[in-house]
Amino acid sequence: MGEPKVELRFSQLGDDVLVVELGTDASEATALRVHAVTQHLLRHSPAGVRDVVAAACTVALHYDPLQVEIATQTQTPFEALAQQVTRRLSALDPATAPATTEHEIPVCYSAEFGEDLEAVAQTHGLTTADVIALHGAPLYRVQMLGFAPGFAYLAGLDARIATPRRSTPRTRVPAGSVAIGGELTAVYPLDLPGGWHLIGRSPLSFFDPEAARPSLLAAGDRVRFVAITPEEFEHAHQDIRWR
Amino acid sequence: MALKVHRAGILSTLQDLGRYGYQRFGVPVGGVMDEYSHRLANLLVGNAEYEATLEITLSGPRLEFTEDTLIGICGGDFTPTLDGSRVPAARPVLLRKGCVLDFGTCRLGCRAYLAVGGGFDVPLVMGSKSTYLRGGFGGLGGRALRRGDVVPTGETDAASYPSLRRELDAGARFAYPRWSVNANSAFLAHGHHRIHFIPGRHWELFTADSREQFAGVEYRIAPDSDRMGYRLEGPVLALIQPADILPEAVTFGSIQVPPDGHPIVLMANRQTTGGYPRLGEVSTVDLPLLAQLPPGDTLRFEPIAPEDSQRLYLQRDHDLGIMREALRMRMKQ
Repeated sequence: MGEPKVELRFSQLGDDVLVVELGTDASEATALRVHAVTQHLLRHSPAGVRDVVAAACTVALHYDPLQVEIATQTQTPFEALAQQVTRRLSALDPATAPATTEHEIPVCYSAEFGEDLEAVAQTHGLTTADVIALHGAPLYRVQMLGFAPGFAYLAGLDARIATPRRSTPRTRVPAGSVAIGGELTAVYPLDLPGGWHLIGRSPLSFFDPEAARPSLLAAGDRVRFVAITPEEFEHAHQDIRWR
Repeated sequence: MALKVHRAGILSTLQDLGRYGYQRFGVPVGGVMDEYSHRLANLLVGNAEYEATLEITLSGPRLEFTEDTLIGICGGDFTPTLDGSRVPAARPVLLRKGCVLDFGTCRLGCRAYLAVGGGFDVPLVMGSKSTYLRGGFGGLGGRALRRGDVVPTGETDAASYPSLRRELDAGARFAYPRWSVNANSAFLAHGHHRIHFIPGRHWELFTADSREQFAGVEYRIAPDSDRMGYRLEGPVLALIQPADILPEAVTFGSIQVPPDGHPIVLMANRQTTGGYPRLGEVSTVDLPLLAQLPPGDTLRFEPIAPEDSQRLYLQRDHDLGIMREALRMRMKQ
């Protein structure tokens, strides 16, 4: 068994989650390791693993201790699983990770759909046009999903428009709302309560419980926002409703 | 085959062992709060343990059965009645078509599980029948039971418990055996609840004082606790210094501490990831007991080594396996 090309540290989350620690920061290098390890473990899951959850610098394996294949009587399911994961990742080279999926997401940036657009601009001494341009420029990376089904935390926001969360969250943010929360941005996939600043809305459907892949976005994906007009928004929205 | 809902109760939802495989898309696992009672109820009626049961909360429903049905009730004590007569929990009950099952308010614990022979006939959404209210999917149209609902069920195996069948044939409205299974209600009866937890990787980030307090002092379950999380009232806990913690996966039983210092135990409907520092995770075998404690109850946390917790996990399943075999024999009688 060769030395793993990715340095692995394991820890436990309770008695049925194994956490693979792949760094201590949210750097691009850590993100690449996380993506490579996640994809590899999704394709080659050891017996007993029921969920693989990527985050900024960890990959969590939720498992059923009963289903893990134990090599010796004295081995705990955790030890056995850690061994199997090490073996599977020993040959893994992050450089050869599968290509990431890239999404273009249309957004109508407006005062109507983005109630906080003006306030965000004012906070930073910018015009709303500046905010829209800065938000639309980067190629974002999905750091992880959480908070709600299909809710993707996007890293890569321009520091000039990073805005701390609202002190009082809204009780209902409409599905499709594009928002800024601290140094991250996201699209609300469902009608949800939320404390992020709303700057626009996308006509796309981000979560469909009946679809084979229920979430449009997955960890490791890349996202670019493309500005559309209110007319284009209405048009696209009708298409989606009719589908 | 169906249940007619005369009264829905506070929160009655279909739940199974949870929705696994979709956490990477941010989909909560959900599922039953008290896995032990759920599995036991299913075993009583000869179902697979992953089959959905009706999870009943604090104040129960009133249900009419449209066919002869085998049922099992486990978990909290709601003093259920069938056509007005008390019906015992933790044993199989064969009832006649038209019988009305009425759950009262909960006297012990806070959730009961109703299994019906053949299970509940609702579609799988992402591989599970569990109801997820916030997302509006799973179970009965993604919502809790409502008055007037007709909940489709499977068919009770006519060959199971022939002795009970004979009692029905002889004219009884419903019949149950003299024996019962060992349900967890016994553990609920006393007031000194100990919940084991496995200290996690943020444990050392908390002050020595906070660590000592958490593992020694009594905590009370706050009123605003629900299927998503149990909020705990007790000593305020603090980190040694502000920590820059990157969000990551959490699980059923994760004990997180938001900036206000009051711990929250994440329960069945938890989110898939979280960004607060965590003291650790509740031992899986203790989650059913925790899930039965209503707001206002007190508990103490006690540390346990992860390998010991895992050993108890395997032991519990071994015990349930013995129960499964025993019930398989009884079902032929």
